[in-house]
Amino acid sequence: MAEDLLRVEGLRTVFRNSSGLIRAVDGIDLSVPRGRTLGIVGESGCGKSMLSLSIMRLVPAPGRITEGRVLLEGRDLLKLSTAEMRQVRGGQIAMIFQEPMTSLNPVHSVGRQITEAMRVHSPKESAGALKEQAIAALKRVRIPSPERRFDEYPHQLSGGMRQRVMIAMALACRPRLLIADEPTTALDVTVQAQILDLLRELQEETGMSIILITHDLGVVAEMADEVAVLYAGKVAERAPARALFEDPQHPYTLGLLGSVPRLDEERDRLLAIEGAVPPPFAFPEGCRFHPRCPFAIGPCREGQPPLREIAPGHHAACIRAPVEASLALEDAA
Amino acid sequence: MSGLLEVSGLARHYPVKRGVVLQKQVGTVRAVDGVSFDLARGETLALVGESGCGKSTTARLVMRLIEPSAGTIRFDGQDVTNVGGGALRTLRRRIQIVFQDPYASLNPRLTVGEAIAEPMAVHGIGDAASRRAKVEELLRLVGLAPFHAARYPHEFSGGQRQRIGIARALSVEPELVVCDEPVSALDVSIQAQVVNLMKDLQARLGLSYLFIAHDLAVVKHMADRVAVMYLGQIMEISDKRTLFADPRHPYTRALLAAIPHPDPSRRGRVTPLGGDVPSPMAVPPGCRFHTRCPFAQERCRQEIPALREIAPGHRTACHFAETLPDPGLDYSGGLTEAAARRLALYDAARRKSAA
Repeated sequence: MAEDLLRVEGLRTVFRNSSGLIRAVDGIDLSVPRGRTLGIVGESGCGKSMLSLSIMRLVPAPGRITEGRVLLEGRDLLKLSTAEMRQVRGGQIAMIFQEPMTSLNPVHSVGRQITEAMRVHSPKESAGALKEQAIAALKRVRIPSPERRFDEYPHQLSGGMRQRVMIAMALACRPRLLIADEPTTALDVTVQAQILDLLRELQEETGMSIILITHDLGVVAEMADEVAVLYAGKVAERAPARALFEDPQHPYTLGLLGSVPRLDEERDRLLAIEGAVPPPFAFPEGCRFHPRCPFAIGPCREGQPPLREIAPGHHAACIRAPVEASLALEDAA
Repeated sequence: MSGLLEVSGLARHYPVKRGVVLQKQVGTVRAVDGVSFDLARGETLALVGESGCGKSTTARLVMRLIEPSAGTIRFDGQDVTNVGGGALRTLRRRIQIVFQDPYASLNPRLTVGEAIAEPMAVHGIGDAASRRAKVEELLRLVGLAPFHAARYPHEFSGGQRQRIGIARALSVEPELVVCDEPVSALDVSIQAQVVNLMKDLQARLGLSYLFIAHDLAVVKHMADRVAVMYLGQIMEISDKRTLFADPRHPYTRALLAAIPHPDPSRRGRVTPLGGDVPSPMAVPPGCRFHTRCPFAQERCRQEIPALREIAPGHRTACHFAETLPDPGLDYSGGLTEAAARRLALYDAARRKSAA
């Protein structure tokens, strides 16, 4: 097993407002080995974006990280000064977002935006050298005729090209970790396939680790080595990708798998999960999934289930996992 | 099956002008460029394609929300391409639309009850009391409760708002519902709820759907027939089973090959299609897909392939449809035994708790 590049331990991010305390990230443990991809899956409101912002220490006010450690190569990012953290962002950890159009500045050329990011991290380079590096960065993300694209503006590029530019910017300083927050959600399926391919190739070239945040189980299955399923600010299940899809344990994971129509199967009805993700100011007591869970029993309403190891490397936060055994016990009783 | 909607040679071109005082037309955007299809009663026809392929424009043309540049639209046997006045009002009662964004498509200042009743008021159906009764019935029909009528859209989640949008569309008892990406803005678990609801409603009310989507897995689940569009034209149209099992157009194949399956054991089989969709202002000559087609030959650059029937009900616009190599699509796999068993338990438990 490769050594961990990033370890997140007991991370907790809260927001306090008039309606009380909002636990957006509520005690999350994760690790990302070097050169590997961790997929983070969940629906909107599960805390996946807040988790990545917490790792980057970019939680918007009035949110605050109250507990936990974020260890990058053993160094706790939560203890760094603002100036040190600024060097980490874009330097060792870079991030790309869903909407490449809103993440790029429409009034500056693509080249200017890339060199701007580079200048922050290597202020002594000459303009000519930076331009050369930027063109090389565009070439690395397989943008055709990068010399011409360097002077173009974001509106002149297609969605896929813009996302390539974002990736070029993110990788300009050779980060060790790339956080990709729904990087292909806004793209067409053919372009999505191009971008996923590109990310995989770049990972092989550079040995970087990737945290891939997505709601798309297909994308996770395609890319991730390990997967964490998030629900209402907590990890519901964490497992190597194959184990998660082949031996899903948490009822929420089951619900997600049942909800997506599959090309390799005909079903009359999709399984669906009843109800909706609760808003973070009204997380239920006990297991946060219990109001939507068909397997919920009395104890599920009381204590929060711990993340237990069910098989080697396979963790689920459900007192009823594995559910066959639990149901058999219930029948016997 | 009787035809409900017949569209033939439908086109919409937008002139591109330059200059403020002395305007000159410098080009034409061919948003929809000669589209023909038909839709039977009770059937679902899906229009799929990448963004900019003209699928939404086609839907708006069918609803007469924009005027076609060419072509005819027949609804229930009548030519409605140029009707106006009362006939157009009737058409718009019989065809309703459900939009993609449930946040943008409901007026935030109307209560849900008012929003659902509005189409009935516009079309002069019933009086206030009967409309109220109908609103309650519709709310139940889409899985909400009558007391929700007094609330405002912001009090609802995305999935609930989409249910409200569906109730509103159904309020005037349409025969055809145009669904413009109805589930693509919703979360996975909510998407499944709405898809199930739409299928139930279709079975109950005998609705026809013109279903516009880019997610082929959802399309495979919802549709009876599928039309694949590219740059304003239909590349292939067929019943769903044939289209997914034996696609005869390279573009259809490329779309299918690009979908990542929720199955890590199949990793690496996704094959991306190179390049980007060309601008609809500069449609390539010959076959409009030839710039990205892995099988393109000289003939494709020169001669426009006709959308021709290669088997009953299966039409494709490729010169080489018959001789394309095996697509190598593989739908084997599916859920593992353990996963399938747990899903069955989940479903059984869900039914039990619902009962």
